[in-house]
Amino acid sequence: MVDRSDNHREGASARATGAEMTASEVDLWFAREVLPLESVLMQFLQHNWRNASDISDLRQEVYVRVYEAALERIPDRPKQFVFATARNLLIDRVRQGNVVPIEAASDLEALEVAADAPGPEHIAIARDDLRHLQSAIDRLPPRAREVILLRRIHGLSRNEIAQRMGVAEGTVSQHLAYALRLLTDALYGEFPDVRRKQ
Amino acid sequence: MTATEIEAKASEWIGRRELDSWSEDDNRALKAWLDESLAHRVAFVRLETAWRRTERLAAFRTPMREPARDQRNSGWTLLFRAVAATAVIGIVGAAAATYVMRDNTREFSTPIGGHEVITLTDGSSVELNTDTVLRTHGRFAELVKGEAYFQIKHDAAHPFVVKAGGHSVTDLGTAFIVRNDPNKLTVRLVEGRARIDAANDKGQGAVLTPGDVAVASKGALSVRKASVQQLEDNLGWRRGVLVFDRTTLAEAAAEFNRYNREKLVIADPSAARLTIGGTFPSGNVALFSRVAQAALNLHLETRGADIIVTRPTTTTAKTSE
Repeated sequence: MVDRSDNHREGASARATGAEMTASEVDLWFAREVLPLESVLMQFLQHNWRNASDISDLRQEVYVRVYEAALERIPDRPKQFVFATARNLLIDRVRQGNVVPIEAASDLEALEVAADAPGPEHIAIARDDLRHLQSAIDRLPPRAREVILLRRIHGLSRNEIAQRMGVAEGTVSQHLAYALRLLTDALYGEFPDVRRKQ
Repeated sequence: MTATEIEAKASEWIGRRELDSWSEDDNRALKAWLDESLAHRVAFVRLETAWRRTERLAAFRTPMREPARDQRNSGWTLLFRAVAATAVIGIVGAAAATYVMRDNTREFSTPIGGHEVITLTDGSSVELNTDTVLRTHGRFAELVKGEAYFQIKHDAAHPFVVKAGGHSVTDLGTAFIVRNDPNKLTVRLVEGRARIDAANDKGQGAVLTPGDVAVASKGALSVRKASVQQLEDNLGWRRGVLVFDRTTLAEAAAEFNRYNREKLVIADPSAARLTIGGTFPSGNVALFSRVAQAALNLHLETRGADIIVTRPTTTTAKTSE
């Protein structure tokens, strides 16, 4: 781990309001307040944008805008801020005309953000919940699950993981990188728990 | 770069930092990459947050503390391991041969003809059949070879996972038998539910319910239903018996050969196709061969550790049986 991780933890108690934020404080805020909204944000984007292949770029652009704003000042109401940003981004994209517009572009101005935002009980699900983590891991393909478990539960070294999985030692970090991407999507991107409640 | 490409790059940084040698230069290179664009930073923070959350998985480790990496080879660690090993043997009693490996993986083994019950620290029990090697690590077990009957103390938050031949079986509240033969894995579900994930390109998997018999091999996964009687017969080894029902002599001999150093060799293909039924003590090849000899009119000849089985009068009229 690089030294940033310690900054993260200190940032938790030292978080100031109003003043310009350092990157690690914003990282912490972003992880705590914005990432748990990802599943609902993804639903919002999918619902309001026809071209599915744009969604991950749109999500990234929302995050960049939110993060950039937070560097200046941490938004008071993260949920409203994230969805307002998403809505503005979609409007910008339609106006620029450089992407496939959604079906009813004129309705964009009227996008009802609040209705799409989750209630507090849904947010709670998305927070640090071991069971949620477990269920995300359960949904991974076996090899992706294996590399994460071998590292995190069994604490195996790169060499030991390579042997156990029957892969070249030099490729283990790539296996882990890929598994981590799938896991992150499973953790934040898709929340069957939330959908079931709706 | 698209969001997906940036994510791939960000995840590579995390993977490399976690597993590969990581120098101050790497650190600087990472920082430079993060400072290049907010998109890089955002993608990295997102993935790193998820990765940090997985630290909590360490809670699933066994109660025995894993020695810290930098202490691995110190005298203290060796002492610790000796104590840990003693404790494990204490738990296991006079059961299968056991030893604790470097990372606290425990390995249990039975010789040919052996049969042992082991109790894991979480209260689950595993019965090992003949010629079996099982490694356990917390709620993770690897059936290196042989066969075992798992009765798992279910814990939804910590599923018990059995790996064998690259396939994996995940307990969803379960008693099941796993048999690891060369080139195929057979899972028989006795109670509850379990999930099998076959190790093939298609990523095939299935949730098994009682009576299901799943056979996973390279490239294929099949599931069929067995009757309660068949399932019970398949557990006969727990009572020290083999149960055959219209089993070919070839299959019956292969079963006996798992349990005994004396090997039945069916030298005559027409004899191999004959079928036999009944319940036999798994360690008594002599009894089985005498019964088979009488019932099927066979000829036996002992050569060293082998019992050669032939038909004394291999008449063409009989081969269509």
